[in-house]
Amino acid sequence: MSIVTNKLGALALLLGATLALVQPAQAIPAFARKYGLPCSACHEAWPKLNSFGQTFKDEGYQLNNDRDAPFYQNPAYWPVAMRITPHWHFEGNSRVASDVVPGDGTSGQQQSTINASGFDLPGIDILTGGTLAKNISFLLVPSIESDSGTISFESAWVRLDRLHGSPWLNFKFGKFELDLPISEKRIMTLSNNGGFYQLYHFLPPGDVTPTSMGDNQLGAELLGHSADDHTRYALSLLSSSDGELGLPGGRSYDGYFHLSQAFLLPHLGLQRVGAYGYVGLAPTFLLTSDGVPIPGSGRGNRSFYRAGAYASFYLGRFDFTGLVQRASDNVFLANATAANQTLPDGAQSPVWNTGTLEAHYTYSPQLVFIGRYELVRMTRQALATNPGDFANLDAFTLGYRYYPFMHSRAGLAWHQEVATVRSKLTSLNGQDQRSTSVFMGFDFAF
Amino acid sequence: MRIRPQILYCSILLISLATGVASAQNAGASSGYPVAQGKLTEPEHRGKGLYRRYCVGCHGVRGDGNGENAPYLDPKPRDFTQATFKCRSTASGSLPLDSDLYATITRGIHASGMPSWNPLPSRDRSDLIAYIKTFSPRFHEEQPGPALPIPAEPPASAESTQRGAAVFQDMNCWSCHGKDGRGNGPSAHTLTDSRGYPITPYDLTTGSRFKCGESDRDLFRDLMTGLDGTPMPSFTDALKPDQLWDVVHYIRSLQTNHGQDGEAAMVGSKTETGK
Ligand code: HEC
Ligand code: HEC
Repeated sequence: MSIVTNKLGALALLLGATLALVQPAQAIPAFARKYGLPCSACHEAWPKLNSFGQTFKDEGYQLNNDRDAPFYQNPAYWPVAMRITPHWHFEGNSRVASDVVPGDGTSGQQQSTINASGFDLPGIDILTGGTLAKNISFLLVPSIESDSGTISFESAWVRLDRLHGSPWLNFKFGKFELDLPISEKRIMTLSNNGGFYQLYHFLPPGDVTPTSMGDNQLGAELLGHSADDHTRYALSLLSSSDGELGLPGGRSYDGYFHLSQAFLLPHLGLQRVGAYGYVGLAPTFLLTSDGVPIPGSGRGNRSFYRAGAYASFYLGRFDFTGLVQRASDNVFLANATAANQTLPDGAQSPVWNTGTLEAHYTYSPQLVFIGRYELVRMTRQALATNPGDFANLDAFTLGYRYYPFMHSRAGLAWHQEVATVRSKLTSLNGQDQRSTSVFMGFDFAF
Repeated sequence: MRIRPQILYCSILLISLATGVASAQNAGASSGYPVAQGKLTEPEHRGKGLYRRYCVGCHGVRGDGNGENAPYLDPKPRDFTQATFKCRSTASGSLPLDSDLYATITRGIHASGMPSWNPLPSRDRSDLIAYIKTFSPRFHEEQPGPALPIPAEPPASAESTQRGAAVFQDMNCWSCHGKDGRGNGPSAHTLTDSRGYPITPYDLTTGSRFKCGESDRDLFRDLMTGLDGTPMPSFTDALKPDQLWDVVHYIRSLQTNHGQDGEAAMVGSKTETGK
């Protein structure tokens, strides 16, 4: 099965197209309304959670003050919130492969700079969540894509909380965001280049491994935490479909774990260190009928992994997270080759390291500055003939969010951001490519 | 001259780190609002920033319980300007100890909108208390009384429960709490708190958590101190400690769910015992 052809420009496409779909979700004024809390009670700066918000989430969207069960609510209360971000953005992409004669695919290719700008909308998320009963929580997030109008399910899960009365045992089932070291659904930056984590999405050019840890996954999760939420763990068993419905691949599963420990440093606040790992299996080809792939008939499973460790530190109003990850994909997945076919010469399974440093300066709950630097360094290329630094990547994002008011009915932020990504030697002529976004807009939820 | 982008990125991050640390030290605030210090002490100042972040929506900017959510809450958020608190280890009418307030905000108040603030670092909780005390001059003018001693609990027994039932009868607990403790006594619907809002006597048959803690000692203390600002009186003069323990055992016998409730294992609740 040839899923994507191994093209050098694939990276630029990957950044431009698929990531426009990456959409932050969680910021749920329905909870604020239910409990009468201002956004700032749960969010260090919306959508990033503080320790109170994290505990609330870990308790299954419950405060445990016995007002959690839905019948404490006015019957007119409906746990629904919506979030959208009308914005203006600029996207600049250098050395994009384009036909010499537009419209004529046989005219040969050249490198072009493509700059676009204008007013835009992302998709819209309809966030519904809360409790079905005391200690049974749920989240359902239908989202409407802005371009196609299609509706998809960003999240849909039920969680049984406090099994045997213990915070250590909770069971989640459905489609959900993994308990990631840094939440991508609660990312503080929104642009095409800055609105996602390279660490979750990066694949070497030509690699077709169907995974990005940042996307919501289908599966079941056992998770828990100590009474003070300082020790947290999550163990997930997932369909290896990267959250796609309808069992497209077959019957392989992925596994994920995350363990973290927080400790309180006097005068500094809560610091957290953690480690995680993701191991997956993905089919490299499908059986076909008359040449047409038969859905769900995935064969030739090959594996991949991601493993990392991180630390989050608070220093007064400043917090930063540093994260290192090692990743590798099987040689067949990395070279888009079916496991029953011959590999190209020099094919090997690629290995790469990523580093992420994210810093926030929360001047007040109404003004936050965000800086992030991510790098990807290949340590082994998918093809031995590739230069050693091929597809190495540096991504930098700077932005701020200003919240003109803070109450418990709605949230509004003015958001400005610049993000730029450089990938080494990936252009048609083997030169570096750069992709830059400038983004400003109103992010609101109610 | 060409600066390597990594170096540029990292220096920008480091500069923002430096400013972050510097101004955190200046303001002495972590995740609260930057607020003017005025005459406030350092803990009060920090507490004020945190209060703006966490508490203001219910308890109000002036601490008078008139936050924007107050109209929708029942019971109403506490008016700190009156310095009248339900959960105390001190005698009726006395100010609470800091440790009482600390235990309350750590535990939250059951059957009310007041959440448990246990997730906040302990220093933040102490600073919040320092600040809410500035809303009433009473904390400058008076000293809280000493914590009333709680004697050791005698073993629960059928006899003790029976004696407790008799006390419940004699002391007219039933006139408010109802014959079977369901909060439906003859005068229940006439009761108001000190701010004039209607208040329901606690339904003693539900759950196992009370506003001021869940343990037998907490319950004993409630009966001893009363819940200031509510019609629930103090019985420390009218009843001897042994009688109070009998009542505690009787109340436990009304709680059919006691001990089965998963929430009984809740976080902050434990901090309250032994005060
Ligand atoms: C969602 C609304 C809400 C928020 C937010 C809130 N409270 Fe309360 N609080 C209440 C209510 C309601 C009561 C009264 C409960 C009762 O009388 O049973 C209360 C009571 C109190 C009391 C009185 C306890 C007693 O013994 O009488 C204290 C102290 C207190 N709150 C502190 C705080 C602090 C500190 C914060 C912020 C960290 C805070 N509250 C945030 C709703 C809230
Ligand atoms: C004048 C009416 C009245 C009388 C008499 C009365 N109570 Fe109460 N009691 C109340 C009210 C009102 C509350 C609820 C206070 C609140 O919600 O803040 C209450 C609350 C309680 C609570 C719950 C405390 C908590 O922490 O939540 C207990 C236990 C209790 N009463 C026991 C008794 C017992 C035992 C007696 C008799 C010895 C008694 N009460 C007599 C009105 C009364």
